[in-house]
Amino acid sequence: MRIIKQKRLGLILLMVAGISIATFFGLRAFNDNLMYFFSATDVIEGKAPKDHLFRLGGMVVKGSVVRQPSGLTVRFVLTDMAKEVTVEYTGILPDLFREGQGIVANGKLDANGVFIAQEVLAKHDENYMPPEVAGSMKTAPAETQK
Amino acid sequence: MFMRFIYKFSSPPYFYAISGKMLPWLTALFFVLLGYGLYGGLITAPADYQQGDSFRIIYVHVPAAWMSMFIYVVMAISGGIGLVWRIKLAEIVSISSASVGASFTFLALVTGSLWGKPMWGAWWVWDARLTSELILLFLYLGVIGLYNGIEDKRTASRAVAILALVGVVNIPIIHYSVEWWNTLHQGATVTKLDKPSIHIDMLIPLLVMAGAFKVYYFIALLLRCRNELLEREPNGKWIDELLEKVK
Repeated sequence: MRIIKQKRLGLILLMVAGISIATFFGLRAFNDNLMYFFSATDVIEGKAPKDHLFRLGGMVVKGSVVRQPSGLTVRFVLTDMAKEVTVEYTGILPDLFREGQGIVANGKLDANGVFIAQEVLAKHDENYMPPEVAGSMKTAPAETQK
Repeated sequence: MFMRFIYKFSSPPYFYAISGKMLPWLTALFFVLLGYGLYGGLITAPADYQQGDSFRIIYVHVPAAWMSMFIYVVMAISGGIGLVWRIKLAEIVSISSASVGASFTFLALVTGSLWGKPMWGAWWVWDARLTSELILLFLYLGVIGLYNGIEDKRTASRAVAILALVGVVNIPIIHYSVEWWNTLHQGATVTKLDKPSIHIDMLIPLLVMAGAFKVYYFIALLLRCRNELLEREPNGKWIDELLEKVK
């Protein structure tokens, strides 16, 4: 009886191990497809698709946001701390969109290497703190207090 | 010693009696934790520096997401115990967890969606975290469907246990999805090795809410297990004895 149970336990562990390994290789094979966005470096190095839509993620460079005098068109620079890409977007930006904030934009590159975004999503970080604490820290911008 | 305790606890009459005694205490504990957690989270915790008051949905979203994964692991492990040692109570714990877990997964997805719209600007995105959590919901639904599709409940339990064990590979994927791939969902706040990146006044109500959810799961699990036991052994001798006592 004892041997039967050990055998069953062994089979179950073998099954779970086998599935884990299969999943590991499966996910590795599809690694690029599972990335939600490309970084600025990927775009500069030409890894991003040329002729269809893709998502570009990064931080909005401080002082780079320029609004067109008429209309809703905004231009800003996205960085991944190594390379930079200029983004142009026409529309309403999410509330969390600010300089120094991470965002994900969906769109494609034009002939001049400017990323024309159709949609802009704000990415928020994993830090939660009261505004007073954020204000007293140099790393967080003080004007974020609402 | 431990195995003897397990065997004793898993005998239906003993389990039925002791769970009946535990339930009122657990219910009281649940309301205390829930009350404190909600008051702490919605009233005393300070607003967030980035998201203002909107971040307070974290007090439902994060505990629900934690529970969705925790319950899955409980379901798979007790299913595995049922497969190896053929303990009836383990099978019952496994299937009774499924619908509670599915509810928590659904709650995590819905609250996440409600949170995503104002903060990210989208109800839903197909990033790795959100997609793997959706797969978890489908796994739960698969388990429930498979169990109900097989007439003999002992066979059904065995089939379900294998499905649950296969799906367990999804749990680490959900947890590490935000590290392995670029996602719109932010990284882990509390469950990481270094210090949690959340202010202590916000963290305590969150942990209390997580405790409340856990106790709720335990209550729901005990109630469901008791029902399932009675349903599976309608002619059990211990039930007759129990009815004698009531009279």
